[in-house]
Amino acid sequence: MTLYALLGAVEQGLVYGIMVLGVYLTFRVLNFPDLTVDGSLPLGAAVCAVAITSGIDPFLSLFLAMFAGFLAGMITGFLNTKLGILHLLASILTMIALYSINIRVMSGPNVSLLGRDTILDPLMGLGLPGYLSSIVLFSFIGAAIVIFLIWFLHTEFGQTMLATGDNPRMITSQGVNTHSVIIIGVGLSNAMVAFSGALIAQNQGAADVNMGVGTIVAGLASVIVGETVFGRGGIMRAVIAALLGSILYRLAIAMALSMKLGAFSFTPSDLNLITALLVVLALTAPKIKARFFS
Amino acid sequence: MMNRFVLSACLVLMFGLSASAGAEQAKVVSVNQFVEHPALDSVLRGFQEQLREEGFQVEYRVHNAQANMATANLIAQQIVGERPDLVLAIATPSAQAMAQTVKKNPSMQKTPILFSAVTDPLGAGLVKDLQNPGENITGTSDLTPMDQHLALIREFHPELTSLGVIYNSGEANSRALVDLLKAETVKAGIKLEEATVARSSDVFQSARSLVGRTQAVYVPTDNTVVSAFEALAKVCQDNKLPLYAADVDSVPRGAVAALGFDYYEHGRQAGAMAGRIFRGADPATTPVETQQELELHINLPAAEAMGVTIPQALLDRAGKILE
Repeated sequence: MTLYALLGAVEQGLVYGIMVLGVYLTFRVLNFPDLTVDGSLPLGAAVCAVAITSGIDPFLSLFLAMFAGFLAGMITGFLNTKLGILHLLASILTMIALYSINIRVMSGPNVSLLGRDTILDPLMGLGLPGYLSSIVLFSFIGAAIVIFLIWFLHTEFGQTMLATGDNPRMITSQGVNTHSVIIIGVGLSNAMVAFSGALIAQNQGAADVNMGVGTIVAGLASVIVGETVFGRGGIMRAVIAALLGSILYRLAIAMALSMKLGAFSFTPSDLNLITALLVVLALTAPKIKARFFS
Repeated sequence: MMNRFVLSACLVLMFGLSASAGAEQAKVVSVNQFVEHPALDSVLRGFQEQLREEGFQVEYRVHNAQANMATANLIAQQIVGERPDLVLAIATPSAQAMAQTVKKNPSMQKTPILFSAVTDPLGAGLVKDLQNPGENITGTSDLTPMDQHLALIREFHPELTSLGVIYNSGEANSRALVDLLKAETVKAGIKLEEATVARSSDVFQSARSLVGRTQAVYVPTDNTVVSAFEALAKVCQDNKLPLYAADVDSVPRGAVAALGFDYYEHGRQAGAMAGRIFRGADPATTPVETQQELELHINLPAAEAMGVTIPQALLDRAGKILE
């Protein structure tokens, strides 16, 4: 793997890592498998891209994207709690609805940001090459969100969310309204996912309605890889592990891309298989180690 | 690479063939292809064949993103590290990923980047001007001449007043094509009925929604619909609804006719551009090209099944007739 490929994987791990933190919030904290993310990631990208192309500041457009994602997540939460639709189905419904909505938002399937000002430009203006400035910027943003999430999960509301995911019956008997906790929790998760989508659009130079395909797979794989490698004890450890898991997941794909094994060579169409195998390896390595070396 | 260099250096010394030494050195071409797909695979084959015929020795680094945008971007970064002599980006998302990489990596600003199978390079933000791209990115556009396609359908159906079009509204390329078609039908006073799909499995039902609303159906170069072309052809046959396509590969699959866009030729055209760039042409002043030679293919059994009588003039003009 070349240095550029390595840096590219780290950059992607960081920028998608914010999405992974959102997935961690629903999947592990709320115990809510949320497929909305396949739609809310491109929603964030779409809102951000349209905002930028209509002259709104690239930083401000990130917050608009976040707000749109929050609403999308709240709809999933509402469908689940107030209308009693199974969480998996509720999130699928929001996800497919967002496909149409995203095309409406962009008045088409793709909005190009090539040649537009993005949040990366101020750093690149300081003389830092683009491939480094994005890593620096996304590291700061990722760290800020990790700190926010750790703080948030220690607040009273955060603790209620943890309890809602662990044992909803117990928490309801204590007089807490789990409905609003779930609605806000899923909303918050998708706000982060949409924020990630907005950053991705600015980083890769375009928003596209199909860019969300596979988000949940990448999100869950990253959370699990992070847990396996860095452990899941304690909130702080788990949150940091989710972000680092995202970087490991992208590194695994980058490795798969540059893999060559002598006479037997993989073809480009084997990429998905190789990626799956690498993730399986990451998942099972600790178990194999425990069985044979202890 | 090193061995080959040493070998050719020895040959040069032994035979004093210093004049041909430049042509012996292999060029490195990195390919960022968005998805494995018969049409896009043909582009790459055409590209490679053309450069081979022109006598270039090329080492290819082929990457395929498996239709995943995140992977297309990872591949773009990988390509930066490969330090190629030229990059071929196949399909819009891959081309956009390469364009953004150029912006972020100063080392890529001198590497020529060719795109192909991109319908709307202006809309995609790849070039600022089709005639004068201005930077190191240019290529071939698969924009089909919509006026000629509509004219062909009207030759089959002089009385045409309504035309159906079926496409994936999530494909940027298709959207651009349908906008062009709409402009042409408005000019001709024909009513355009749109049916959209989100995935291949929607094609059957969406096609049925056109029955009774239109006199003929046209399919642009849309990945989603073309991959389920048989389902569409079946609905059209069952309802005697004439079906026309934008690419010749769809004719044996059940279209009455197509004014052929050939992705293999499209790739060859990109290959010829690469050849010119290797010989010293500047991408910044190399205009974006579209395919000029279009061949008419006609499918007689499909025409009969869909109740179309073919004017003799068209049969005379056809490059290929399926019996």
